[in-house]
Amino acid sequence: MRVGATFNVAFRALRRNKMRSVLTALGIIIGVGAVIAMVGIGNGAKSQVEQQIASLGQNIIIISSGSTTSSGIRTGWGGAGTLKIEDAEAIRREVAGVTAVSEEVISTTQVAAGNQNWFTRIYGESADYFDIRQWPLADGAPFTAQDVRSANKVCVIGQTTATQVFGNENPLGQILRVKNVPFTVTAILNPKGLSVQGVDQDDIVIMPYSSAMKRVVGGTTLRNINVQVADASQLGVAQQQIVDLLRQRHNIRAGRDDDFTVRNQQEIADAATATTDVMTGLLGAIAGVSLVVGGIGIMNIMLVSVTERTREIGTRMAVGARGRDILTQFLIEAISLSCVGGILGIIIGIAAAKTIAITRHWPALISPMSIFAAFAVSALVGIFFGFYPARKAAALDPIEALRYE
Amino acid sequence: MNNGAVVRLIDVRKTYRTGDVDVHAVRGVSLDIARGEFVALMGASGSGKSTLMNVLGCLDRPTSGQYFLDGNDVSSLDRDQLADIRNRKLGFVFQNFNLLPRTTARENVELPLLYGENRLTNAQLRERADRVLAAVGLQGREDHHPSQLSGGQQQRVAIARALINEPEVILADEPTGNLDSRTSIEIMSIFQQLNEQGITVVMVTHEPDIARYAKRNVMMRDGVVRDDFTVTERFEGTRELEQIRSTSDEAS
Ligand SMILES: Nc1ncnc2c1ncn2[C@@H]1O[C@H](COP(=O)(O)OP(=O)(O)OP(=O)(O)O)[C@@H](O)[C@H]1O
Ligand SMILES: [Mg+2]
Repeated sequence: MRVGATFNVAFRALRRNKMRSVLTALGIIIGVGAVIAMVGIGNGAKSQVEQQIASLGQNIIIISSGSTTSSGIRTGWGGAGTLKIEDAEAIRREVAGVTAVSEEVISTTQVAAGNQNWFTRIYGESADYFDIRQWPLADGAPFTAQDVRSANKVCVIGQTTATQVFGNENPLGQILRVKNVPFTVTAILNPKGLSVQGVDQDDIVIMPYSSAMKRVVGGTTLRNINVQVADASQLGVAQQQIVDLLRQRHNIRAGRDDDFTVRNQQEIADAATATTDVMTGLLGAIAGVSLVVGGIGIMNIMLVSVTERTREIGTRMAVGARGRDILTQFLIEAISLSCVGGILGIIIGIAAAKTIAITRHWPALISPMSIFAAFAVSALVGIFFGFYPARKAAALDPIEALRYE
Repeated sequence: MNNGAVVRLIDVRKTYRTGDVDVHAVRGVSLDIARGEFVALMGASGSGKSTLMNVLGCLDRPTSGQYFLDGNDVSSLDRDQLADIRNRKLGFVFQNFNLLPRTTARENVELPLLYGENRLTNAQLRERADRVLAAVGLQGREDHHPSQLSGGQQQRVAIARALINEPEVILADEPTGNLDSRTSIEIMSIFQQLNEQGITVVMVTHEPDIARYAKRNVMMRDGVVRDDFTVTERFEGTRELEQIRSTSDEAS
């Protein structure tokens, strides 16, 4: 039989039962749509995470107080910090390739100006911090190394803090009271938006770490030390030197764990994207299940259709249809349902991913590969779930089929 | 060869196994049907007429015996080969028409062409179907669905479908079983015209009146042929129809 004719026959049959065809395809539409949307959102989230981590700066090594176990779980948090200002200075002095170092202390506290109160995050940093983070200023000048040495009461604030505390006023040169200590605002940062965890990165006050330690946070230890090296190829060597240096400075004997954690940007990125990879996989798997359910729907309807059209099958056989012709006809019907469902599902899935992406400020990443894969899978679902009913139809005995009521 | 016999049955038997009981539906039928014959197969219910027709129609294989169609032994062919024979050499007309529902008359008639060897364009399919539909008097009804046609018209569509591949033999199992007497005569008239053009017709009927439109009657009982004779006072479809028309004219 002619292939074109088989298609014709199959399409005529589908058109005879429009509503049923649409409902059957709906299962696949939802399944494919869900897969496309979930994978698109997952990939979008992942690229967002990567972008965020890239925005930490380039060729960054972060040394944190406290140790981590081999599985990456941080221990010893909350106790006294182990990193000292002298450690940072030693790194600046002794580790090859280091171009910038920022001592970091972090705290959250109440800030105020006039009668406006605001609860925000306080970051104590060195003057190099803005270079390391590649965080430009919207207006004003950053604090200087001199400010850091003298522990001057100056600060740089983020956009959110600026609007919350100063409203429409220009904050430059104004006094911001941090724990009732008056700080002069010297600059406003460019907005950075939400972080992956949904934290508003513009809700921040950055000041010299010396001032922060003396007047806001208290204590003598650092939370982190941010180090930047000139070139990515130096990261490994620098990281190793830092570990050796700090172990020596902290008098850690061989065989004992570090009391600090050194990670480079790539490791942070890997840890973060591993989570989104798992999430993407999980969402994709759940969506895949709905695709299987859609396939079972096709099989169910095809079985009903074969039973219902037994007489038709008998008639076709009587006028010369071979088993193979009947098999192809029903298989094409099933594949048409699943492929049309697949195409509509892809369209709806892309639309859904884009909508969610826009509302969550994520990029929606829909690769041509995932579209192709979704289409191929829906065709395979049609073949897989259509085969059994089609074979059942093809194996009918013509006389029995003609006599079927 | 075969002295022009288009159908030759030699000691054909068909036994159905249902559970432990064997039903001998056809028990030794030998029959020659020459090209151009018009045979009516008669007999009581359960005498094996339909079973024999299924064998003749290559829908079923005999349990034993041989069947030569057009000189070829078809009793040992496989399913696919039988399907091809049905497509090329045979045309079926059923008691219940067996048209595809929600499908136009034209598409129903095109059906056998879809399974044929010749690759025809849609225009060729359409042209051939319309020609055969016109031949059975259904001009202008090409786009109607079976539900929009009377029983007699549906049976004409079925006849057109049987004719479209120019078969050797037309097989009809009680073609008038669902029709009133006047429509039955119309269908017989069509069969007689086709037979005149040289097509062999074999039909099953219960009605002796209908059997008299054929040239030859074969009587079956209990799975064997009991009687086989040439019809002497044959009915002529066109003449009978004229007569009915004139009597109904007188009445009005
Ligand atoms: N598929 C089958 N399985 C078992 N027995 C069958 C089958 N088909 C027919 N028979 C039996 O074979 C015998 C002949 O049946 P068949 O249908 O050929 O009779 P028939 O002459 O066509 O009767 P009718 O005039 O009522 O149509 C019957 O006894 C019937 O019960
Ligand atoms: Mg019968």
